[in-house]
Amino acid sequence: MNAPEKAPAPASIDLGAEFRDAGIGEVLESLDRDLVGLAPVKRRVREIAALLLVDRVRQRLGLATEHPSLHMSFTGNPGTGKTTVAMRMAEILHRLGYCRRGHVVAVTRDDLVGQYIGHTAPKTKDVLKRAMGGVLFIDEAYYLYRPENEKDYGQEAIEILLQVMENQRDDLVVILAGYAERMERFFESNPGMKSRIAHHVDFPDYSNDELGEIAQRMLAGWNYRFDDAARRAFDEYIVLRRRHPHFANARSVRNALDRMRLRQALRLFEAGGLVDADSLTTITEADVRASRHFLPTDTA
Amino acid sequence: MRITQGCFSFLPDLTDTQIAAQINYCLDQNWAVALEFTDDPHPRNTYWNMWGLPMFDLRDPAGVMGELKACREANPETYIRINAFDSTKGWETVRMSFIVQRPTAEPGFRLTRQETKGRSLRYTMESYAVGRNPEGARYAS
Repeated sequence: MNAPEKAPAPASIDLGAEFRDAGIGEVLESLDRDLVGLAPVKRRVREIAALLLVDRVRQRLGLATEHPSLHMSFTGNPGTGKTTVAMRMAEILHRLGYCRRGHVVAVTRDDLVGQYIGHTAPKTKDVLKRAMGGVLFIDEAYYLYRPENEKDYGQEAIEILLQVMENQRDDLVVILAGYAERMERFFESNPGMKSRIAHHVDFPDYSNDELGEIAQRMLAGWNYRFDDAARRAFDEYIVLRRRHPHFANARSVRNALDRMRLRQALRLFEAGGLVDADSLTTITEADVRASRHFLPTDTA
Repeated sequence: MRITQGCFSFLPDLTDTQIAAQINYCLDQNWAVALEFTDDPHPRNTYWNMWGLPMFDLRDPAGVMGELKACREANPETYIRINAFDSTKGWETVRMSFIVQRPTAEPGFRLTRQETKGRSLRYTMESYAVGRNPEGARYAS
């Protein structure tokens, strides 16, 4: 935390200058630029950033402010960018001085809960110590609480977590993530957790167009590209893929692209002969249409 | 007699802010930080009790300060030191060690002289506090 200013409080502060000095503008911009879609999420992140900025200015003007509670919950289906946004959030908190280091420690139940009596507390505390000064990102947080087994050690981890979330608010920001409805049930059975979380951010599913855009950006990042026919085929692929179970938005797109790269490599390898940069970077329609989702027999 | 061991021991006791700043330095060097405590502060006693395991992968001193607080509560009236271990190949040793808590009264050491063959003398040091009481009750007021 920034030490409170000892100098007499200035009469007014230029909010715009404060915004530029904090350097969060570029983080917000890169959030807007790098992530496709997610309009409500971007809006929420912007709101939180603005609140923190205003709070900081209020503090400098000598207006009383409570240290804001920054713990958040990110809910949404798999592959909707929760982890990515958590990283950006850590960066924003760091630039605003609400987080000393701004690193993200991503954990799941296995990292927090032990296997036998007396194992959980040291494990949880160890993770908390590693996350101090940064953001603790707990993926699928509802697995911590298993009501069906009363001997489960998850409750112990939750209690330690709650204590730290309350007492060391300026050392650590906790972000819980998971599916919306299961998180809702988790909060219902752990009211203490719900009351300590100030910001609930809901991640919508991507539309088909957005997924196509994501695919293109991913490929560009790896130095690949679709040709026109492949791009059209991929749009069809997304529609087909969405009907199948275990559809995980951007993650499914990523996996599909990985398989298409495999097929492209095999195609080039079997064709033999000379290759140039163009053929090495291009994914063709055939690579896309070889997916099992295009097979007419596959109706499962 | 004030015991001087490790870094900063000729300075006034470090405040918690200063301790945190030193830990911050250690973490920036990628050293693992560990806490140890003892009530036998003989300079040749290298085996202090460990307070938990050395803490690896920390990024921020808050974690160590939390452990230090717990250690102070559990062991008032003892010496506590912070060791910073450098695992870099070629070093693999403690690079920094400093005392972060000492008992309120430090009676110091007596120099014992033992006459041996001829007129030669052997010197040894004995802590008043250690000789006075068994372990655990040495510095209790």
